[in-house]
Amino acid sequence: MHATLFLILRRMRAPLIFLILSYAIAILGMTLIPGADAQGRPAPPMDFFHAFYVVSYTATTIGFGELPVAFSEAQRAWIAFTIYLTVVVWLYSIGSILSLLQDPALLRAARANRFAGKVKRLHQPFYLIAGCGETGSLLMHALDSRNQQAVVLDIDAERIGELELGQYHLDIPALAADAALPENLIMAGLHNPHCAGVIALTNDDRANLSVAVTVKLLRPELPALCRSDALVTAANMASFGTDDVVVAFEVFGEHLAMAVNSPGHHLLYEWLTGVPGEHLIEPLEPPRGKWVVCGYGRFGKAIVHYLKQVGIELVVVEASPAETGCDNCIVGTGADARTLLEAGVEQAVGIVAGTNDDINNLSIVMTARQLNPRLFTVVRQNRHANDALFKRFQASVTMQPSRIIAHEFLSLLTTPLLSRFFSLIRGHEDAWFDELISRIAAVLENTVPEVWDVELSRNHTEALWEALRDGAPVPLHTLVSSPTDRDSDLACIPLLLKRGEIEILLPEPQTLLQLGDRILFCGERHTRNLQALCLSNFNVLSYLLTGRVIPSGKVWRWVERIGKTAPNSNAQSIPRKHA
Amino acid sequence: MNLEKVVFGFFIILAMTLNFGFVLGDIDNPAHHHVVELFFAIIVNLIATVLKFGERTQIGAIHLASSLVADLGLLSAAWVWTSAVYIEGTGLTPEITASIVSLSAGALAANVLSVLMLLVETVMFRR
Repeated sequence: MHATLFLILRRMRAPLIFLILSYAIAILGMTLIPGADAQGRPAPPMDFFHAFYVVSYTATTIGFGELPVAFSEAQRAWIAFTIYLTVVVWLYSIGSILSLLQDPALLRAARANRFAGKVKRLHQPFYLIAGCGETGSLLMHALDSRNQQAVVLDIDAERIGELELGQYHLDIPALAADAALPENLIMAGLHNPHCAGVIALTNDDRANLSVAVTVKLLRPELPALCRSDALVTAANMASFGTDDVVVAFEVFGEHLAMAVNSPGHHLLYEWLTGVPGEHLIEPLEPPRGKWVVCGYGRFGKAIVHYLKQVGIELVVVEASPAETGCDNCIVGTGADARTLLEAGVEQAVGIVAGTNDDINNLSIVMTARQLNPRLFTVVRQNRHANDALFKRFQASVTMQPSRIIAHEFLSLLTTPLLSRFFSLIRGHEDAWFDELISRIAAVLENTVPEVWDVELSRNHTEALWEALRDGAPVPLHTLVSSPTDRDSDLACIPLLLKRGEIEILLPEPQTLLQLGDRILFCGERHTRNLQALCLSNFNVLSYLLTGRVIPSGKVWRWVERIGKTAPNSNAQSIPRKHA
Repeated sequence: MNLEKVVFGFFIILAMTLNFGFVLGDIDNPAHHHVVELFFAIIVNLIATVLKFGERTQIGAIHLASSLVADLGLLSAAWVWTSAVYIEGTGLTPEITASIVSLSAGALAANVLSVLMLLVETVMFRR
């Protein structure tokens, strides 16, 4: 605020001084020049009050005429001069004030001030997102639909403009500024106590690195999550304690291997980390057998590394094997039939087109599909602009780095329990995943579920906290039964219960809750609101626990107590039918 | 020598001297206080105020504040004069004159403060 105000005041010095001087000259002149009375005889000059009055209406071109009496000729001559003097100075002053208001430096300063003010007024936890390209906007949409506040920095003013047009429920403060500069991060609320974490998503590894360093030096306790395109930068970031570095190619390789090895595991991951409200994706079922990988760059290397781990037979096709360090591969781009045939595409079950050129990748899979129509095709899409082509081609999997990074961060951000859940489910049997997926699918309406955690503490769940403190046994199924009819279940599933160091995967409905428990749920959004009712409303909770509606007023409670002391009262709690 | 500082100092000191010149004389005698002097005191004070716009230092802020106080004092004196002579029509009685002069004497105090701060600033930043 102050910076802009001072700038305006400083720039207005000259116009204001000219204005004061021109008024002074005009008024002084009018008080010196003799006037005339009604008969045209000389009269004493005007006094200051009337001179000020005449000059005021003349200078602003209002022009009331000759007041209070007709002027003498000398006064008219002076007024003619005054008009040119003051009107020109007025125009100059107004012009310079208007141009000042349109000054780009001033507008930038004003925007930065507004942004800083908005951030300062935030009274809920927020994530600071550096870079709102494709990844950033995906992540923001997902955070927004989970009602989590974000603050955005991006070096490109156009993207910030697009963001303002975007459909968000929350008001997201955004500024076009370089996130690599610490002062911009500080303005975006790095020191704000509500800042819950910093996410660096720019497409420049140096900038992401600089964000990570800034966060770890200024607020070491804050989680810093970074995207990285190169393993070297990733290692550098991890070396000074960056909490999570996501290298898109590595993550994709890992997930593709996961999809080959355990399709259920992969599907579960995709469902729980999607944007709530979007359609559920169909399960991927990449076949086992021989795969052809075209392009042995960073992406190809990651794919080969992870597919080899799950025991897939691979043939690599690479145009310049010497540069990429590929010692046992077929030389060629893969875009022509000859190299593909040489790689054995006719016997293969899958192909990965992973060069850094979109048109090449499309050409590879199109040729391959002609040679072998049953191929499972994986294409790497580098540029969002080519979206139309990739949509038309309909590969089995299109690898978009932005989506992968967004999903990965979302699983880390939304709830810490979710990432615990993912590490616990690693290594389960396919049948286990299939059963869980069918249970989740049963409570969903074909859209991505909401995932939330509940902490049994006084602040968050007052009613439940009180009941537990009084020693009432509260089984887990209380939290998943409907507040309107306790015999029907809410459409949600408890995934994980964390009690101190103990972690119970898919806890049983009969599990008795304790104070301080944290439970991870997934289900429809409206379910979450219904559940919140039972957690914080005493009457709803007691209905769920006992099956009786407790009178909420003092008088009615007293009436009921009288009734209870009477013989044969039916005050026993009704045991809940449990399926 | 810095031309900006010369102009700045000139207007601040001129504002004080003109103000002083107007206040000088018997407090209730209209013959000792001329309207043109008040006019110039007001103009020079306004210019001095504008010159102080946009200073970002603490001392700059006090400078601006004292100038605004002086403007307020002088403009109220001018208003009392105008209303007495043209609106109420009572003319410059000794009571009215005393009130005009005491208002501008208040402005003088603020102007003296400005000049003192100018001196302090000069001594602080001797270069």
